[in-house]
Amino acid sequence: MANTYTLIQSVTVGSGGAASIEFGSIPQTYTDLMVVHSTRTNRANTGDWLLVSFNGSTASFTERDLYGTGSATGSSSATPRYMAEIVGGSATASVFGNGVVYIPNYTSSSYKSYSADAVGENNATASLQVLIAGLWSNTAAITSITITSGSASTLAQYSSASLYGIKNS
Amino acid sequence: MATKLIVDCSTGVTTEVELTAEEVAQREVDAAAWAVAEAERETEATAKAASKASAVAKLAALGLTEGEVAALLA
Repeated sequence: MANTYTLIQSVTVGSGGAASIEFGSIPQTYTDLMVVHSTRTNRANTGDWLLVSFNGSTASFTERDLYGTGSATGSSSATPRYMAEIVGGSATASVFGNGVVYIPNYTSSSYKSYSADAVGENNATASLQVLIAGLWSNTAAITSITITSGSASTLAQYSSASLYGIKNS
Repeated sequence: MATKLIVDCSTGVTTEVELTAEEVAQREVDAAAWAVAEAERETEATAKAASKASAVAKLAALGLTEGEVAALLA
């Protein structure tokens, strides 16, 4: 990893689980942000997904995603704030989905784009992978990022997320 | 009551707080919307798989070998 990457903060979910993770008071001194996550929920399914929001806003998000299941592929734009495919509580024990979200120019006065890739690892034949291009049509600088389960499930113990700041020089 | 972890990046302090009523309501809206999207995705995938199986069967009926069909689909 380039030496321009700086770990801002990292968090791991404790034994009680958590509905969401929020990085707040994000310093405005970097060029880009990146969130690396390893997550699992208690959803009664092998799969689950994560949604992202900025500054507490859930409005004005759009996305286009390309996905593969291991046996089929497809694309969609039906799920605003989509940021990752992960695993639910019925997945193989002790496995976690993982992924990265990259947010360039988060302090600019332009709309904020993000790109994401993730895989709902299941240590089995089928595993959903996804590439996402997202947009938040808002000109505010990003000061907080919230990650939550799209199925309103609970993030399981040992789920983790790390926020990195990237400078272009 | 569901809680969220808030990491204050200026201090490094993590706190656990209960979700607000608005946040709980938003989660319910999100889950409902996603259930619809997921059902659509599964319907599309099922239709694609059925079309593929049908195409393979028709190609086989024309006399193509399994290897030839696989080559066409690759």
